[in-house]
Amino acid sequence: MANGADMTMESIAMTRQQLDGDKMIVNMGPSHPTTHGTLRIVLELEGETITKATPEIGYLHRGVEKLGESLSYQQFIPLTDRLNYCSAIMNNVGYAGAVEKLLGIQIPKRAQQIRVLMSELSRVADHIVCVGVNAVDIGAFTAFLYLFKQRETVYDLFEMAAGQRLHTSFTRIGGVFRDLPEGFVPLAERFLVECEAAIDELERLLTKNPIWHGRTKGIGVISAEEAVNWGYTGPCLRAAGVPQDLRKAQPYLGYETYDFDIPVGTTGDVFDRYLVRVEEMRQSLRIIRQVLDRLEPGPVMVDDPKVALPSKEKVYTRMESLIHHFKLIMHGMEMPVGEVYSATEAANGELGFYLVSDGGKNPYRIRVRPPCLPIFSSFEDQVKGGLIADAVSVLGAMNIIAGELDR
Amino acid sequence: MVIEHIDAQIPGAITDRHAFRGDQTIVVARANFMAVVELLHREGFQLLVDITAVDWLEREPRFDVVYHWLNLASQERLRLKVPVADGEAVPTLAGIFKTANWFEREVFDLFGIPFEGHPDLRRLITWDDFPGHALRKDFPLDGGDPFCMEGCTAPYNNGERG
Repeated sequence: MANGADMTMESIAMTRQQLDGDKMIVNMGPSHPTTHGTLRIVLELEGETITKATPEIGYLHRGVEKLGESLSYQQFIPLTDRLNYCSAIMNNVGYAGAVEKLLGIQIPKRAQQIRVLMSELSRVADHIVCVGVNAVDIGAFTAFLYLFKQRETVYDLFEMAAGQRLHTSFTRIGGVFRDLPEGFVPLAERFLVECEAAIDELERLLTKNPIWHGRTKGIGVISAEEAVNWGYTGPCLRAAGVPQDLRKAQPYLGYETYDFDIPVGTTGDVFDRYLVRVEEMRQSLRIIRQVLDRLEPGPVMVDDPKVALPSKEKVYTRMESLIHHFKLIMHGMEMPVGEVYSATEAANGELGFYLVSDGGKNPYRIRVRPPCLPIFSSFEDQVKGGLIADAVSVLGAMNIIAGELDR
Repeated sequence: MVIEHIDAQIPGAITDRHAFRGDQTIVVARANFMAVVELLHREGFQLLVDITAVDWLEREPRFDVVYHWLNLASQERLRLKVPVADGEAVPTLAGIFKTANWFEREVFDLFGIPFEGHPDLRRLITWDDFPGHALRKDFPLDGGDPFCMEGCTAPYNNGERG
């Protein structure tokens, strides 16, 4: 770091250090226990007070959007897993929804229900990571352990359904990969009871805990207007008092038929974000309960040979299915020319996919609108003038997932 | 709805429009862009959801800068596209929407489209001396191996591995 003049450090902070000997530069990251992913924040400190915070992102940039231009619509699904890897299924669902919007097709009811079920399970898992790890960063380790036991169950459920715990690739264009296996519903029922109890336990540990209050109340306060101006979505926006949830505001996958509430905070600080997330977990459990009650048998893929791959049994026994299989694999789906933007309410906020199709096998342009990029861009604003310890709690409450931040 | 308002208040600003699968899209020339944005902001399109770009390599002008807005009150969405030629700058929105700051940096980084008046126009995702702009259509998929390009002044090694 001493030879800062060599490269490009002058744009960050190094030369400022030489100019002003009173300030201390602290590099948080790229590999730091509280950054949860590879991102770097250059903090300029006066004592313990932050005078400047420069986030540097891109350490996890894999060129997902560029790769998407050379992959078929179906092949892009595994890449969506790696955006927000804490709730991969919600990315699968969001992407598949965008392609289905472009195709103009409706998926079968059971596929919708399964997608809702899996999305809400992964919302719970995502909030568990966010709240649990935020608490660990601040120093409350026990809550994390109670919650992570439940997260294991969610991953067991994912493994049963998708064969994969983390990178699920569960959806297909036009439906889901396969129907729920035997034993899924009983385990989900058990999870509902146990998770509810674990959330109660969490609340007993944190919600009225004076240390937790001291570390979270009044930290990262943001007004509703500011939050909207910064492009906040999801729990962080709702904590600031804006009741915007796409599941209610612009329902998709039949969310309008489920009974659930949108928790809203008042100050937008870390404590409100925590409360919003905890309540959202409970609401997600409510939705899962309703899905399990109304789950009805039926197909999980659209009945359209131009979109859905035929079953292997048919491919080996019927000429037509063999042709469809060949056409789909070799030439892809017949896509209309046009552009769509499709947004879903992911755990962090609005996850958008903007697809531009020129009618070819691959998308001409595929854009992922990550919910945490606008939120993270306000980081300096949020921590300036605060203590270095507050930066940790703000960062945790923003729920930055580097995979989707950098793409 | 809002499109008619724009049409009435700034006649001729909208050069093209279409609605595909329920997505309203308008195309606005660079000259009228700021006036349209200010009108949109007054009309309640307070949440700037996304800024990105599309590279139409063969077309003139080459790029579309694509903006997505959401009206939180009416839940209306609007897509606005500004066609720009290679090297042409677009006025920044960072003064009206703080969220535009990073989105514009990202577009600058990956497409090389400059934003006029941006307070801090640096690359966001790739490093500062990264050769070329990764999401341009003429940028090779394997990146042209920028690590083996010492002394190379061409934007990116003409697509060949170093």
